[in-house]
Amino acid sequence: MESEALTVSFDLLVNKRSVEVINFAEIWFSYVWNDSCPVVKNILLLDSEGKRVAVKYYSDDWTTNNAKLAFEKSLFAKTLKSNARTEAEITMFDNNIVLYKFVQDLHFYVTGGEDENELILAAVLQGFFDSVSLLLRGNVDKREALENLDLIFLCLDEIIERGMILETDANVIAGKVAVNSMDPTAPLSEQTIGQALATAREHLTRTLFQ
Amino acid sequence: MAQPLVKKDDDRDDEAEYSPFLGIEKGAVLQEARVFNDPQLDPRRCSQVITKLLYLLNQGDSFTKVEATEVFFSVTKLFQSKDLGLRRMVYLIIKELSPSADEVIIVTSSLMKDMNSKTDMYRANAIRVLCRITDGTLLTQIERYLKQAIVDKNPVVASAALVSGIHLLQTNPEIVKRWSNEVQEAVQSRAALVQFHALALLQQIRQNDRLAVSKLVTSLTRGTVRSPLAQCLLIRYTSQVIRESNTQTGDRPFYDFLESCLRHKAEMVIFEAARAITELSGVTSRELTPAITVLQLFLSSSKPVLRFAAVRTLNKVAMTHPMAVTNCNIDMESLISDQNRSIATLAITTLLKTGNESSVDRLMKQITNFMSDIADEFKIVVVEAIRSLCLKFPLKYRSLMNFLSNILREEGGFEYKKAIVDSIVILIRDIPEAKESGLLHLCEFIEDCEFTYLSTQILHFLGIEGPMTTDPSKYIRYIYNRVHLENATVRAAAVSTLAKFGAMVDALKPRIFVLLRRCIFDSDDEVRDRATLYLNTLGGDGEVVETDKDVKIFLFGDLDIPLVNLETSLKNYEPSEESFDIDSVPKEVKSQPLVEKKAPGKKPAGLGAPPAGPPSTVDAYERLLSSIPEFSNFGKLFKSSSPVELTEAETEYAVNVVKHIFDRHVVFQYNCINTIPEQLLENVSVIVDASEAEDFAEVTSKPVRSLPYDTPGQTFVAFEKPDGITAVGKFSNMLRFIVKEVDPSTGEAEEDGVEDEYQLEDLEVVAADYMMKVGVSNFRNAWESMGEDFERVDEYGLGPRESLAEAVSAVINLLGMQPCEGTEAVAANSRSHTCLLSGVFLGNVRVLVRLQFGIEGSRDVAMKLAVRSEDEAVGDAIHEIVSCS
Repeated sequence: MESEALTVSFDLLVNKRSVEVINFAEIWFSYVWNDSCPVVKNILLLDSEGKRVAVKYYSDDWTTNNAKLAFEKSLFAKTLKSNARTEAEITMFDNNIVLYKFVQDLHFYVTGGEDENELILAAVLQGFFDSVSLLLRGNVDKREALENLDLIFLCLDEIIERGMILETDANVIAGKVAVNSMDPTAPLSEQTIGQALATAREHLTRTLFQ
Repeated sequence: MAQPLVKKDDDRDDEAEYSPFLGIEKGAVLQEARVFNDPQLDPRRCSQVITKLLYLLNQGDSFTKVEATEVFFSVTKLFQSKDLGLRRMVYLIIKELSPSADEVIIVTSSLMKDMNSKTDMYRANAIRVLCRITDGTLLTQIERYLKQAIVDKNPVVASAALVSGIHLLQTNPEIVKRWSNEVQEAVQSRAALVQFHALALLQQIRQNDRLAVSKLVTSLTRGTVRSPLAQCLLIRYTSQVIRESNTQTGDRPFYDFLESCLRHKAEMVIFEAARAITELSGVTSRELTPAITVLQLFLSSSKPVLRFAAVRTLNKVAMTHPMAVTNCNIDMESLISDQNRSIATLAITTLLKTGNESSVDRLMKQITNFMSDIADEFKIVVVEAIRSLCLKFPLKYRSLMNFLSNILREEGGFEYKKAIVDSIVILIRDIPEAKESGLLHLCEFIEDCEFTYLSTQILHFLGIEGPMTTDPSKYIRYIYNRVHLENATVRAAAVSTLAKFGAMVDALKPRIFVLLRRCIFDSDDEVRDRATLYLNTLGGDGEVVETDKDVKIFLFGDLDIPLVNLETSLKNYEPSEESFDIDSVPKEVKSQPLVEKKAPGKKPAGLGAPPAGPPSTVDAYERLLSSIPEFSNFGKLFKSSSPVELTEAETEYAVNVVKHIFDRHVVFQYNCINTIPEQLLENVSVIVDASEAEDFAEVTSKPVRSLPYDTPGQTFVAFEKPDGITAVGKFSNMLRFIVKEVDPSTGEAEEDGVEDEYQLEDLEVVAADYMMKVGVSNFRNAWESMGEDFERVDEYGLGPRESLAEAVSAVINLLGMQPCEGTEAVAANSRSHTCLLSGVFLGNVRVLVRLQFGIEGSRDVAMKLAVRSEDEAVGDAIHEIVSCS
């Protein structure tokens, strides 16, 4: 009896769910923001060909996947030639401000509205970039990123919540993500968390000052 | 990673590149997701599968509703596992799947359990997930926990609750507003980010309460704010308070706070404060100075972000306070060679705005090197900046003109070339000395120009300006080359230009005739026709030469008829004995066609109200009126207004009125529609009370005999008014009729009816009704040919206005004239504006108006009105219109 009731309710749910709802929660409608709060429109991590490693959109400026892909493609083409390896670079693009930084075969981007404080966006980019460096223990390349994609997703989740900045301090972000991988076989926990972070920080400082 | 996922037949050539997701396929991953249902959960494997699902979603794959629901259900099973890492992934995937309300119920209890867990990580994440997926009903159940969480000693938990609160405020404001005590407490938190989130939420809760925001700002600017982000927020709120407080003279409230933020240790705060100061309305140069100083320091930073932010802000300041930015010019010049092209372009355009006369040459040299390696969009920005610089320093036209002609020769797209050509044309018009060299540059350009549009524009311009130069003959070669080398459109334009030279320069006439005769054998008929026509009018065939004046009017005069109207008239013209009369074409510029129906219940906004029926042309009105014998002796119809609604939308009877203006009469045409199926109206007329319109005397009226349901009918009332006087007044209207009941089934009306009345809204005849919107294509030419004889100039104070744009559009509406050359558009932030208007006044008198507006700090608008017309009295009448209102 009980299982039958469950099937019924399941079918009911299936019918009620509308397709558009999927992935909808990500889209945070920017118009509800009053203009006083800093808002991040998207964070992108692309590879050296402009393909997605991990992306997260928080604005309804891009509603379809195709619109997002088109944005990524033209942004990638526009920024490809610039030297964003030592310092984060910045550009205006489609009435947005985009901050970006490259390392190895990874391209990091943070987009905000044209009236946004550039330095706040820069802090978000720095937080993202450094925490990824910490979590990948200094081996910041596409292969390492894909192998630890769960950490990258968690990292994004700890930086921005629907456009609102949650945290920009790389140590705090990486700490929160690392705490969660308590599984004995998970990459970071071969050492203790403290050790892992120490090694990572060491790696980071080395990469930053080389 | 699971091997079965790798498709062996994958033909992508990225073998060299290893990816754990190579060949990943949605169907297979969904199969894999069945491990979530295993009685013995393998947390590591489950985490991997979730990562794959997230990867698919992130790559843009979407799940069907069945798939998504299935995944969601199996994911809920994973709450059984105590594994921290897995739980974290479960939270993530639930947020991504964004379950429907019914599904949410299934995870609610698990999440609520986590919300009360001892592990902070569980609590923080459970709050975020629950608030993301919840609806209002559930919120009341968890409200108590959320309020506790806001003041939790763990900053991660507090932030999670506060940020969730910011989002929930949009959907459930009444609940979140109850948390302000807790949020207030969190603002005092020692954790930096908690303070930031609390401040953001508190301001949003109170954003409609000015006093509360002001109090918040007052207390916080005195206290300590720990995080730079929170400090930035506080600066934004402070600017908001400053904006809303009416700035009296004297010290601006909170300016000291903003200024103190310029010495903050965090760069983002310094920049936020500097930017806030530059954006203060009516900022003084004393207030600006410290902000400019810190921005100047940023200009030489090693970080591109800082340089960009600083130069972008200074660029904006340069628009309103160019002098304040000049101190930074040296730093700015070194940025021209910045590797980051956005920074370089911003630096150049700022310099062009602030530069002084002596630095122009040096600047030009630097820009030339830079132009070749920036994109067209940037180049256009630079060209526009150079144009305005040249107008500012006319003496420097030589180097600027050279620069423009050099870049004109280089590669570039249409928009870029057009920007350059437009700039040269403007410089030629405004700087007489630049004319000859500018024209030659344009001539050289059309020798090798791939854009037909630009070639024809330049040829037309040459035809007007070329004959007035000292040596017109040198342009002939360039023009005649076009006849040999270009497509038909350009050839036709070249023929017209040649004719203009022939008409204006007698010495060249014989040579022009030779050239024109050659064009008679062109392969294109338009080119041949033009050549023949011009040879005839100029007397090249030895026939009767038209008078010199006629020829010039023919060649140079404006076709003062809207092309649309001409097109309609030509289409309606049927070949007959009578030739087409160009004077029969209505000169009135047609109002914008009706695009959308008005929202019901909204009152029409006076004269500009869109017509309810299909827009009738002036032509149709004229035909209609001349068919009515009572009005046949009124003469030629001067103008018909657009319909003005006299009833609210969706009332029993819909009535609008069109005002027809004749020299000595005004006819009101009431268009009535009966919207009640059960009624037939008979003998419908409008009783007009003209007691507030002294100059008008009613002469006749024409009722509608019968007005059945939904069939439009017109009733007319005619008034006499003194000749030549722009009589104005207000008329009140009453619809009077006999109403008969109709049987809806048979459609037959009853015998007897009842007399009834229906009050309509008032109607006004205003000065603008006597003015016809007739544009001119070249205002300057028209203005000059009109002459100063009947010029009337006066100045007016318009008092405080909302904005300059609002004042401009008010005056345009008042006069009812046609804005020319796009001068009705006012640039944002500009302090002055010139607007050019053209029209034909009652009695067919051409009127041109030049309006110069200026706005002062206190929003007082002053206006200088110059009128030129063919009739002195009309010029006075225009001034009267303005001074009376």
